[in-house]
Amino acid sequence: MFRTLSQRVWPSRTVLVREKHTLPDLPYDYNALEPVISAEIMQLHHQKHHQTYVTSLNQAEEKFLEAKEKNDLKTMIALTSQLRFNGGGHINHSILWQNFSPKGGEPEGDLLKAIEANFGSFDTLKNGLSSSAVSLQGSGWTWLGYNKSTNSLAVATCANQDPLEPTTGLVPLLGIDVWEHAYYLQYKNVRADYVKNVFKIINWKDVATRLATARQ
Amino acid sequence: MFRTISQRLLPRCTSMRQKHTLPDLPYDFNALEPVISAEIMLLHHQKHHQTYVNMLNQTEEKFMEAKEKNDLKTMIALGPMLRFNGGGHLNHSIFWQNLSPNGGEPEGELLEAINKDYGSLENMKNIFSSATVAIQGSGWGWLGYNKTTKTLAITTCANQDPLEPTTGLVPLLGIDVWEHAYYLQYKNVRADYVKNLFKIINWKDVSVRLAFAKQ
Repeated sequence: MFRTLSQRVWPSRTVLVREKHTLPDLPYDYNALEPVISAEIMQLHHQKHHQTYVTSLNQAEEKFLEAKEKNDLKTMIALTSQLRFNGGGHINHSILWQNFSPKGGEPEGDLLKAIEANFGSFDTLKNGLSSSAVSLQGSGWTWLGYNKSTNSLAVATCANQDPLEPTTGLVPLLGIDVWEHAYYLQYKNVRADYVKNVFKIINWKDVATRLATARQ
Repeated sequence: MFRTISQRLLPRCTSMRQKHTLPDLPYDFNALEPVISAEIMLLHHQKHHQTYVNMLNQTEEKFMEAKEKNDLKTMIALGPMLRFNGGGHLNHSIFWQNLSPNGGEPEGELLEAINKDYGSLENMKNIFSSATVAIQGSGWGWLGYNKTTKTLAITTCANQDPLEPTTGLVPLLGIDVWEHAYYLQYKNVRADYVKNLFKIINWKDVSVRLAFAKQ
């Protein structure tokens, strides 16, 4: 998050420069996930919702640093809600775009072994993720996560944009966004259909990579 | 919620629970256009609110079954479903009455209360709008009445948490900012929806609620 400027340029003092967060590009076109997720949803979700989290996160971090410089602890604390919401939104959506792929597929290798060890079968995992996602009250995410302490997989939910790892300690592998903006334009109130269809476009290689990295 | 059947019909005392039902809208589905589209009103009323009603009835039934078996753990476990669906039913029942195609402006005692507690209607609307637009996730903005201090209050609740059970404030006017309330029309621009909503508030209904709360 910070870089110190070279002493050679300003020999007298060290200055902290904060790198701003930026909206990551999608690894596919806006229409690539059709018919599961429409281009209209992908465009709004990426260019409006995720972009807003990035912009607001940068603003919150800037205000936080200003407050820190004035030793204004009350403001620093007051800003944590904005940091969590927008920081979480940025983290979550950055994972989400990578979790998707037009080609979909199935889990294989070590990932499949872990799924079978923890849930019995891939189908049982899908059912678990689906019921959790469909029954989530309000806005939030359902996650397949990795517990580093027990070396096991777990299904968990988080409210709003609460990010999985800071909130639960689980490493995020696969996220299902059930905020209404993720599906409403296409699926209206029928969240269950959206969740069912989303399994057709999961990038299981990405999920596998996240598990491998988490296990290192 | 409960009626005992006459002893004459059944020698032992039985409770019969009346089911909750979806209230009719006091206007047509297209009556609030262009502020809220007919499509949104239809889905919001017949799908979302109806589902809260159905789930509330199911939850109450399960609760009563658990109560009859003295199954306290299940009764407690049903709490969130009762709150979510019961709150959803309470909130939306108020909301449909809070809206009107020709809502007018606040008058009389309501306007006096607004001016006393907020200085002006404009000021109240600004505070109410910012609080509501800033809600993180799903929830409602509320103008409520504090019976203890006899003042108006603006606050927010998450998800379908109902105002009075959650805060003690009597609900006067609610603004639903779940995305299903506006997304089809306003997309991500919640601020435009909230701004436009003030054109269709049924201030007479808000006044009546305040008068009741003051009794």
